Amino acid sequence: MTLSVVLFAVLSILAIASALVTITSKHPIRSAMGLVFHFFMLAGLYLTLSAQFIAALQVLVYAGAIMVLVIFVIMLLNLGDEEKLKYKVNPRQVIGIFLGAALLVMLGTIYVTNVSVAGFNKEIAANIGTAQFLGNELYTKYIFPVEAIGILLTAAIVGAIVLAKRKLN
Amino acid sequence: MPEIIWTIIEASIKALAVVGGIQLMAALNVYLERKISAFAQNRIGPNRVGPFGTLQPFADVFKLFLKEDIVPKNADKFFHSLAPVLSLSIAIAVWAVIPFSSYVDIGDRRIYMGIAPDINVGLLFILAMTSVGVYGITLAGWSSNNKYSLLGGLRSSAQMISYELSMGLSLIGIVLITGSLSLNDIVNHQLAWDGWRWNIFLQPVGFVIFLITAFAETNRAPFDLPEAEPELVGGFNTEYSGMKFGMFFLAEYANMTTSSVLIVLFYLGGWALPVPAETLGLKDGSIALAAAHFLVFFIKVLMLLFFFIWVRWSIPRFRYDQLMNLGWKILLPISLLNVLLTALGVLYLK
Repeated sequence: MTLSVVLFAVLSILAIASALVTITSKHPIRSAMGLVFHFFMLAGLYLTLSAQFIAALQVLVYAGAIMVLVIFVIMLLNLGDEEKLKYKVNPRQVIGIFLGAALLVMLGTIYVTNVSVAGFNKEIAANIGTAQFLGNELYTKYIFPVEAIGILLTAAIVGAIVLAKRKLN
Repeated sequence: MPEIIWTIIEASIKALAVVGGIQLMAALNVYLERKISAFAQNRIGPNRVGPFGTLQPFADVFKLFLKEDIVPKNADKFFHSLAPVLSLSIAIAVWAVIPFSSYVDIGDRRIYMGIAPDINVGLLFILAMTSVGVYGITLAGWSSNNKYSLLGGLRSSAQMISYELSMGLSLIGIVLITGSLSLNDIVNHQLAWDGWRWNIFLQPVGFVIFLITAFAETNRAPFDLPEAEPELVGGFNTEYSGMKFGMFFLAEYANMTTSSVLIVLFYLGGWALPVPAETLGLKDGSIALAAAHFLVFFIKVLMLLFFFIWVRWSIPRFRYDQLMNLGWKILLPISLLNVLLTALGVLYLK
């Protein structure tokens, strides 16, 4: 058993456990902190795949920015324990369960059939994970999608400000 | 023994040294703060425990250990205990990528002075850790179930989110000039021109922005709104006592050290000697040269720490709206402009 296998096992067990805390906990802050912990474990999993850049961004963006905002809102609203709602079968939940099961089956078949990706080896993977490589690819080969997303996000921010301002008046 | 075992042993020894060093630096900061504030206010300051009162911080911590730990009745027990631990551990975690001297060659092993200063996402790691550092204070404020604590926690998260942006943007200038995210590379890049190509000369605007945001991120005066005594009693740590309070205290002073160290590494040439190493007769990779590097680095850090304390005891606190205006309407546009100008400069001059 190599070190990476041990790390993978520990990180994935903790990731699943914290994900369970997130969806089962009644208290919103507990859920949110469970999710933060989950993001950290995901970052660790990315590191075992030598994707350092994605790992750092995972913590920086998701744990550091988005979840801080979520916790900020929960604290401002001062939410208490979730009240027990009457349970009804929701069509969305049924579809969700089916899709989840389908994903599980897909992943299982990949594991069982042991598909190997052509031309994949550890050195190439380690190279892809660096900031230099990603930056080069994004700003040369994928420049159009990057710029399009940039314009979309700017539009969304401007829209959010306009909506917030209108409410104020 | 396989290579991995050596790496683990090396990293563990370095980690122990770094954690011990941070605690000592925190003690030194407390002592300096009390002495300098005393001089600023025409007092003598601590002078009873040890020579010139130097053992005062240890007496303080010992006192905190012996104090009763009070948890409010309606507090969320779990998060109330977790918050100080988070604060301190994140403050220490940043040091995983921070170098404090060059390297030493022992046999055919090159040992860098720092736990992992050469990883190529070092700068991003630091930004990530400063951005999650807000959890400790926010959770402390919320879990105490006290309005002053909650307001302090909310203020701190708003402040840190606002100033993080300008901080990150001011560092982009350095990344553009250096072309690397590794802290070792950033310092090595400044060693050119006989050790005087400091980023402060190439990025003066970035330096000022980073300095201001460093004050804001460490919650120190004039940006210490999360614990503004006249309005918030004690801010986020109102309901903390004993060693839990001590951990926040340690974390604050550890963060102050970290900020000073980062300013030295990013802008003030890191461990660059004022004269070339050859004129001093020191060989590359020798222990003597690494020690000289460390000494230069440490003196710079001490001067910045003095600056931090000096500012705190000279300048009054900002009002909340002034703080937000400064962050969003002044620092952010200037840092965006700085990134643009630096990018143009790098494109046409390099």
